[in-house]
Amino acid sequence: MAELMYWQGILRAHDEEMARDPLVFAMGEDIGVAGGTYKATSGLFAKYGEQRVIDTPISENSYTGIGVGAAMVGARPIVEIMSVNFAWLAMDQLMNNAAKIHYMSGGRIRCPFVMRVPGGTAHQLGAQHSARMEKVFMGISGLRVVTPATPRDAYGLLKSAVRSDDPVVIIEHESMYNLKGEVPDEEFFTPLEGVEIMRPGKDVSIFAYNISVHWALDAAKKLASEYGIDAEVIDLRALKPLDRAGIAASVCKTHHAIIVEEDEAPVGVGSEVMAIINEECFFDLDAAPVRVHALDIPIPYNHRLEKAAIPNAGDVIAAVRKMFGR
Amino acid sequence: MDATDQKRLLREMLFARRFEERCAEAYHERQIGGFLHLYPGEEACAIGVLEKAQTGSDYVVTGYRDHIHALKSGMDPKALMAELFGKEAGCSKGRGGSMHLFDPDVHFMGGYALVGGPFPLAAGFAKAIQLRGGQEISICFLGDGANNQGTFHETMNMASLWNLPVLFICENNLYGIGTAIERSTVEINQYKRVAPYGIEAAQCDGQDIDIVMAHAEKAVNYVREQRKPYFLELMTYRLRGHSMSDSGAYRSKEEVEEWAQRDPIGIYKRRLVEAGVVTEDEFHAMDKAVQDEIENEVVRYAIECPEPRVEDVTRYVYTEGGNNHG
Repeated sequence: MAELMYWQGILRAHDEEMARDPLVFAMGEDIGVAGGTYKATSGLFAKYGEQRVIDTPISENSYTGIGVGAAMVGARPIVEIMSVNFAWLAMDQLMNNAAKIHYMSGGRIRCPFVMRVPGGTAHQLGAQHSARMEKVFMGISGLRVVTPATPRDAYGLLKSAVRSDDPVVIIEHESMYNLKGEVPDEEFFTPLEGVEIMRPGKDVSIFAYNISVHWALDAAKKLASEYGIDAEVIDLRALKPLDRAGIAASVCKTHHAIIVEEDEAPVGVGSEVMAIINEECFFDLDAAPVRVHALDIPIPYNHRLEKAAIPNAGDVIAAVRKMFGR
Repeated sequence: MDATDQKRLLREMLFARRFEERCAEAYHERQIGGFLHLYPGEEACAIGVLEKAQTGSDYVVTGYRDHIHALKSGMDPKALMAELFGKEAGCSKGRGGSMHLFDPDVHFMGGYALVGGPFPLAAGFAKAIQLRGGQEISICFLGDGANNQGTFHETMNMASLWNLPVLFICENNLYGIGTAIERSTVEINQYKRVAPYGIEAAQCDGQDIDIVMAHAEKAVNYVREQRKPYFLELMTYRLRGHSMSDSGAYRSKEEVEEWAQRDPIGIYKRRLVEAGVVTEDEFHAMDKAVQDEIENEVVRYAIECPEPRVEDVTRYVYTEGGNNHG
């Protein structure tokens, strides 16, 4: 088992899939000659050439559409959008075409399209480079939306996404490309559906995804050592479709639920998970579920203001302590 | 072209006209719902261009005024009418409707409602062809109104930059919905708008099918041999409103009457009569046979075949096995 960085997991998945299938190709801004803003496609241009590792002009909507069109006739595009904020420009092709083509053709046309986007806040990137758009993608019927929290899943989810015949959006994170973690040496696939229990526990279920999984794990450690609270940390991982049964199973066991997200609260992952908890486990709850989330503001530039806008492990600990009165 | 083919083309245009008129009737009878955009007046464009393509092999895509492009691509008129009637036997199993016709078996790739949306899809089909080393081409039919979308400029740039084999057909009917072209567009000659992208282009009469076929043959051969995009602008006119809910108040009676004199069926019929290929009596017999076929075979089929089962409403959101991998 090798220790890889998040970007290396993504790169390995690209490389294996491109070596296996000549119809797999990658496109995006600066992914080829420049090697990719986060190095996730570095070396592929030299290995596979400009026909399959395509540096695009800055035309997000249309190069996304070119990927969608290629997918509709049997190719397997991996389209990188340099920052999730730019994906707003590609929403027409993603939402109107990629997501709907299989349904509106009565299942006659498949769209095995993959979009990779780094989302989230990093360090003082300002309001137009700090979006968290999972709430938008997960509101679109026909898409699959997944988000890796570890190098292992950065690799395994891209592998599965390329093989899936559905359009898949993979939300990565600006701040996690250099995160290290164990990745098995043999080929494997992370499922595109289902939650994963990252830390089993009996007292409270903490639901998280992407970077907030790490906040939740940090919080769980402290909650155990300092407050005697045994938290279960669940990586939601697949945001669309959400794993209702997996969410319910954990809450029915712990009777307490916290949802932690880097995104703003209104209309988001937290609201949706809370709705599922209400629908599936209302009578199993010993306390009202709580959301830990970002402020509903455009992300500010100033480092103190930025920090104040985004939750952290401390906020998770505070929310759990309040719930348990400890 | 011999007399048999000439008669066949005349019949195809007549069939297209009568088919659309019958759709209008069915719409008024509420057998067809939604929005309905009909093609009368423009028949020589789709039929003339696709006469010179390898239908069934070349990929064809268009906007929402798509019935005749689908028919000439090889779609069964019964499957088309059944789709308009919302039936399971429709080309999109009743999930698409008039604006979303699909028949991947003959490489008719749709039917899209968003103006300008198919530009990048067409380039994407061409990208997949290029990756496979195929000899097919991609043919994209859109109206003049689409050329004011960003996807037009973005796609022209990439199609030219990457030598994608796409034939762009601009059906210039002088109106973007209800706004006259000179009120929306600085350069009203659409073929001139691709010059900055280094794309070969031409403009010709879209009402005379012989002229359309002559230009289309040259254009198709260019794209197939050079493996580069080409842009052909056809000057045409829709004799009906933009959709069924359009009163047409923005056009003068004189203008519509003037174009009615240049009806593509009238032009071609007169030519064939003068050349002794058909007689007036034969033409009337042909018209009667076409209308009988539409009524007795096509419409009857659409009325009699079953609707989709309500239990299947969620089918086709994802592919079966879309979460499978490995």
